[in-house]
Amino acid sequence: MIEVRQLKKSFGHNEVLKEINVMVQPQEVVVVIGPSGSGKSTFLRCINMLETITAGHVLIEGIDITDTKTNINQVRTEVGMVFQQFNLFPHKTVIENIMLAPMKVRRVPAKEAREKGMTLLRKVGLENKAEVYPDSLSGGQKQRVAIARALAMEPKIMLFDEPTSALDPEMVGEVLEVMKQLAKEGMTMVVVTHEMGFAREVGDRVLFMDGGVIVEEGSPKELFENPKEERTKAFLSKVL
Amino acid sequence: MDFRWELVAEYGPFFLKGTLLTIGLSLASILIGGILGLFIGLGKMTKRKLVALPFQWYINFFRGTPLMVQILLVHFGVVPLFMGTTNAIIAAIMALSLNSAAYIAEIFRAGIQSIDKGQTEAARSLGMTRGQAMRYVILPQAFKRMIPPLGNEFVVLIKDSSLAALVAAPELMYWGRAMQGQYMRAWEPYLTAAAIYLVLTLSLSFLLTRLERRLATE
Repeated sequence: MIEVRQLKKSFGHNEVLKEINVMVQPQEVVVVIGPSGSGKSTFLRCINMLETITAGHVLIEGIDITDTKTNINQVRTEVGMVFQQFNLFPHKTVIENIMLAPMKVRRVPAKEAREKGMTLLRKVGLENKAEVYPDSLSGGQKQRVAIARALAMEPKIMLFDEPTSALDPEMVGEVLEVMKQLAKEGMTMVVVTHEMGFAREVGDRVLFMDGGVIVEEGSPKELFENPKEERTKAFLSKVL
Repeated sequence: MDFRWELVAEYGPFFLKGTLLTIGLSLASILIGGILGLFIGLGKMTKRKLVALPFQWYINFFRGTPLMVQILLVHFGVVPLFMGTTNAIIAAIMALSLNSAAYIAEIFRAGIQSIDKGQTEAARSLGMTRGQAMRYVILPQAFKRMIPPLGNEFVVLIKDSSLAALVAAPELMYWGRAMQGQYMRAWEPYLTAAAIYLVLTLSLSFLLTRLERRLATE
């Protein structure tokens, strides 16, 4: 589903990613953990080319997105993304936020887009907020709308970039609940997070990144209970 | 000081004609300068330095030289070059548009760059093209923030249109000067003109404040 081959990314002289190789299978939930500055967010942002890729290849369903002939906008419709800072469109109501891309990119008629949007809002438990502006929502509600907005494009893959890091603690649960539901439905997901509980419970596989490389990977059980690398042990002892 | 109201009344029709032309000049220049300014602003923001350079120098030139010089250049140089003969109204609209475009370009650029990068990223991650992201996500938000500085620019433009009197475009100031020439009086023509300009600029500010309030999302 996602194949990352020898991915390298530099900002100027600063090499942030040094040869990343990852395969993600359909319906797999891959959780990426690691200290801040380890390159995990950059890795995630390379998967839909929000960052230009310095070297290597990223294949989404067999399509090489680093190929200049690839229509990246087409690929992005299949890859939803949820951001730490939500990035809802503040000048549009909740339902308009969700309807915008399907209407403009997929040319879905307004009525259909609205119905689909309401279904998604129901799914994230916010159908009563359809007509309000994002400014009046709590952080947890904003993030649930952001998830609904990404789902409206009916993506095959969902990327989550620290979706709960900007939330007050009491709101983390409601967002994770939506993500768990999504994983249960068989969505292919790559999740960068500091929520070790989520990684353990929902992740099929955990990647531990540090210093721009994948130091260790394995099932949550292996990685959390039996880490092999010293750096993994040191990190886990701090966060668990 | 005796203020001779009957002279003002006598010149009333001329002031009215002049005011209408002042409004016309300003509206035309706001419109043309606005569209031109958007493109120049976008041009200046392109990542390729070589492409951005001409736009940068357009702005440098029109902000760095007096409007009076620009009006004279356009009136006696540019317009005759294209039309054979000159035309004061066309020259005034052209000079005012070109000049305000430089300022509006900077207002657009500042407005667009003030929008968080995350907005573009969210739009692009949903599959929107650069143009769609700009049109549906960035510009509507930037526009709201641009209203106060654009309002300032439009007020300046209305006042600056008085310089068109220099090339005998029969706008408000032109008739003020004509009246002074005819009666050798200062207060009546210029206080009248000042009052009319004030009404125009205050009405514009009022309208813009209303617009700003209507676009508020809370």
